[in-house]
Amino acid sequence: MTPPKISCRQSFSRALCNIAQKNKNIFVITSDSKSSATLENFERAYPNQFIEVGIAEQDAIGIGAGLAKSGKRVFVCGPASFYSSRCLDQVKVDVTYAHSDVKIVGISGGVSYGALGSTHHSLHDLAVMRTFPGLDIYLPCDNYQTATITELLANHSGPAYMRMGRNPVADVYTETSGVVFKPGKANMLHEGDDCTIIAAGEMVQPALGAAMLLEKEGIQARVLDFWSVKPLDVDAIAAAARETGLIITVEEHSIFGGLGAAVSEVVVQTVPVPMKILGFPDEWAPSGSSDELFEYYGFTSEKISDQIRSLVRHKR
Amino acid sequence: MYSTDQLKHISIDIRKKIVEITHSAKGGHIGGSLSSVDILVALYFSIMRYDPSDPSRPDRDRFIMSKGHSVEGLYCVLARAGYFPEALLSEYGKFDTVFYGHPTLKVPGIEMPTGSLGHGLSIAVGMALGAKRDKATSRIFVLMGDGEQAEGSIWEAAMAASHYKLDNLVAIIDNNNLQISGHIDSVMRLSSLRQKYEAFGWNVAEIDGHDFHQLIEAFNTAPWRPGMPNLIIAHTIKGRGVSFMENSASWHHKVLTDEDFERAIDELDRSEKEAV
Repeated sequence: MTPPKISCRQSFSRALCNIAQKNKNIFVITSDSKSSATLENFERAYPNQFIEVGIAEQDAIGIGAGLAKSGKRVFVCGPASFYSSRCLDQVKVDVTYAHSDVKIVGISGGVSYGALGSTHHSLHDLAVMRTFPGLDIYLPCDNYQTATITELLANHSGPAYMRMGRNPVADVYTETSGVVFKPGKANMLHEGDDCTIIAAGEMVQPALGAAMLLEKEGIQARVLDFWSVKPLDVDAIAAAARETGLIITVEEHSIFGGLGAAVSEVVVQTVPVPMKILGFPDEWAPSGSSDELFEYYGFTSEKISDQIRSLVRHKR
Repeated sequence: MYSTDQLKHISIDIRKKIVEITHSAKGGHIGGSLSSVDILVALYFSIMRYDPSDPSRPDRDRFIMSKGHSVEGLYCVLARAGYFPEALLSEYGKFDTVFYGHPTLKVPGIEMPTGSLGHGLSIAVGMALGAKRDKATSRIFVLMGDGEQAEGSIWEAAMAASHYKLDNLVAIIDNNNLQISGHIDSVMRLSSLRQKYEAFGWNVAEIDGHDFHQLIEAFNTAPWRPGMPNLIIAHTIKGRGVSFMENSASWHHKVLTDEDFERAIDELDRSEKEAV
């Protein structure tokens, strides 16, 4: 496992700078969030393609939609928590109902902000964003995937929401792994037929770690990276249910309405099998760093593997 | 180019059409549609640059109906402007028509879906910024309600408009002093609207929103000061043109009876003759 180097938000802004150099139609909007989104270099290099709106998320989305309707491809960048709640009406109407070419880039998603508390956590974003027709939702798990999805967004017209974390993450993919990411297509990271672990975003790494631990005990867990939460890879879910008979989802999100819910909606209507949804319970998180919260709520390879072990045994 | 007398005739025609479609659909926001008709007629038949045969032409001026509930007037104006045949308006209120009770992109000529209030000014700011960054000459017009001014998002956009010196932006407030629950100032006091916008860095003009001379003068001379966004506070009468609807909050979206309909059309016919 490669040690952490940079965060996904840094990979995003580097990729976007490269794209904006060639494509003058790419615009960035921030709401006093250029440093948290690491977009200072972008502003310096492309001032004509950068717009600061101040601490005003509703305005940021509305302005983004207006710019998009003037022919721009707009990346509105700021904390995932605020962009998935404070301005939700603008996201619904101005971006998705209007099918505007706006990419909402939610930085410091999930519990990235740690001890800053639940005001700054986005454990609700997938639940609300998933219900808007036409809004694609992507959760990159590492730097390479973030850069690749940023390219994908820059070459695609229409609304999208990308959520990523704040802190440096270990690599799941490398440039040499040669994986091509297509919206609506999950990526199998580990083969197995005893159960399937479905994860997205920064939970992919511990999910993969759990599979490695289980493998040592002779349990073969299939691991699917569901970076594309919408469109959802329905076929991969049905195949996992049919071929492995047990699905565990892992997400940095409320247990309600997120990836686990999306997967279960498919499972109960295609190949009903037992499922376990690992996510944040229905309570406000205690104060603590994101790592401390992951430990507390059981999002480590060890604790995830403990949960799965007993489920697999029960299945047998 | 139409004379102001011709514009008056168009306005009466549009009012009759609004009365007709809201009567046959048994619903619609008639009061606010009637108060904003003259503003729309001035914009579409004297001021704005657009091409109904090519609605997305890049050099067009833009109009955003932030007070989306007054869409009936906009539908009638767009039909008259040639975006689609007037006969299609009879579909308003029917199942699965493109003519929803609020603007959508399904209707040619409509730039943005609106209806959730307080969105239009931000969208217009985005369009005006886009035009500035492209060094384009398009002007952006946005019509807001006075009750709508209670939405906080408007003031975020008002700040951005002056920060970015958007003198290509012309906002209009249809100031008919009534909203669904009653008088504006009794619902949420709006006094000193002019001073509020001036404090946000806007240039403000107050005019009679039913007087074509004043409307056209204000639109034609904007920007009144380079580097500042423009606001026209258009003093209007809700339900204008049909005496029993005028200045009555209950006509915000009341359904016309057949008798109401006959009376309204009779009155508009009479005003048409008097205008000759």
